Amino acid sequence: MTLIQVKNVDFGYSATRQILSDINLEIAPGDTVGLVGESGSGKTTLLRLLLGLARPDSGSITFDGQNLDTGNRAFMRQFRRQAQIVFQDPYSSLDPRQTIFSIIAEPLRSLKIDGDHRQMVAEALEAVGLDRDAATRYPHQFSGGQRQRIAIARAIVARPPFLLADEAVSALDLTTRTRIVDLLARLSAEMTLLFVSHDIGVVAALCRRIVILEKGRIVEQGETAKILKNPQHPYTQRLLASVPRLSVNEISS
Amino acid sequence: MLLRLLPGDPANALLGVGATEQQIAAARAQVGSDQPLAVQFVSFLGNIARLDLGTSFVSRASVLEEIGNRMSVTLPLTFMGFFIALILAVPLGILAAVRSEKWYGTAISVISQLGIAIPVFWVGILLVTLFSINLRWLPSGGFPLKGWANFGEAITGMILPALTIGLVMGASLLRYVRAATLDVLGSDYLRTARALGASFPEALIRHGLRNGAVPVISILGIELASTFLGAVVIERVFSLPGLGSMLLLAIQQRDYPNVQGVLFISTLLVLLIGFAADIAQRLIDPRLRSTGSARE
Repeated sequence: MTLIQVKNVDFGYSATRQILSDINLEIAPGDTVGLVGESGSGKTTLLRLLLGLARPDSGSITFDGQNLDTGNRAFMRQFRRQAQIVFQDPYSSLDPRQTIFSIIAEPLRSLKIDGDHRQMVAEALEAVGLDRDAATRYPHQFSGGQRQRIAIARAIVARPPFLLADEAVSALDLTTRTRIVDLLARLSAEMTLLFVSHDIGVVAALCRRIVILEKGRIVEQGETAKILKNPQHPYTQRLLASVPRLSVNEISS
Repeated sequence: MLLRLLPGDPANALLGVGATEQQIAAARAQVGSDQPLAVQFVSFLGNIARLDLGTSFVSRASVLEEIGNRMSVTLPLTFMGFFIALILAVPLGILAAVRSEKWYGTAISVISQLGIAIPVFWVGILLVTLFSINLRWLPSGGFPLKGWANFGEAITGMILPALTIGLVMGASLLRYVRAATLDVLGSDYLRTARALGASFPEALIRHGLRNGAVPVISILGIELASTFLGAVVIERVFSLPGLGSMLLLAIQQRDYPNVQGVLFISTLLVLLIGFAADIAQRLIDPRLRSTGSARE
């Protein structure tokens, strides 16, 4: 069974600027997939295609067996109930002039989800480790890590089965990053997660499967443990070699 | 102070060219212009503290009353012009930003640039030529003697001057609305709202209006103040008996109480407008209301 299927997808912002070429990818329900590549490799563009924010030039993307038709408003509304996203920058992705309640309840309003929104927002806040009282405050009253928790609360408030995270921990300091990764790991037990990152270490800690993207092409994909242990493609080998490590000698000296 | 350094004396203006030295001296003593500047200034401040703007040297009428009468022309003119500017600038500015890549988005932008470049009196003359001389739809100037009691005539007399102010002010305001909307359109929170399920109009209304309004409101305050002060030129072009024409006449006649009164009230209003803009900004932007922040 497949939740997301990407078949032979090509995409470019102009005829001369090809971003993605021949992308083939399958994500099963409940899976945690890490999409890794350098800056400019096409990770975010692929995410935009998966969210229906852009259309592929050729190839197809299906969600739960249905074609991701961005022109079909009824389908897209249904799709957005199923797939929500956390963006990279916890400072700019929250509207500074709205309360935390308004921010988190936005998908509920946009997707016309009925129910007690106050209760749903309070539950989402608690799920990400924040107090219910946070709902009455504004983004500038929170730290970077707390803001990213708020962004995650907004993404899970509609209880989507599929969560996408675009460099969701890249803008955070190391300790906060660890906490957010722990939170995502906990949430991923109940949903499918596509985690986009240039940080292979975080992906290794969080994702069961890994997809390596280089210059708009998938060069390697499979189980994270296997690929990290025995990378086949030269680009994956270079990527792993470039992970900074502390030398024991350096520490003792 | 500067006015008093200019050649001429209110006594001369009061008495005309044929007055004798004794008459001029008597007139000076009467209006107080024979006193040292510092004494006149302290006396002025004392009167201001009692909200007494004095009486006109020329007409002997209360300055405050005269300003009140003139305000009945200048204030409606300013607010009508401001209202026209707003209803032109806000929708067109948003349209110019949202459709910046279409030909009409660019056209709106170019026309607004032209509107900024053309002097306000020239716009007034063009409108008079078109609507009064060629089409004969509206009067070229003037205001009924009975004022707003003659409402129909007063309002038709206001249309062209208010339109002149509205077009010129609207052109510069449009630039700010367009820039603020472009900022919002490029914002991450708008993109996020779209990704989370909001339609483009929903996202723009929910996030764009409030966020775009903050920089525009600070400009609105400045624009409203400058429109009020700029009404001098417009009142001249359309022969309106407003505060601007009162100021010009008072300067010509060296009628110091009138000049000081108009400048004092104008400054007070400009400060009040700035204060109101600051309050409006605080109401819209929560970051200006509280400073508390948390650490994880």
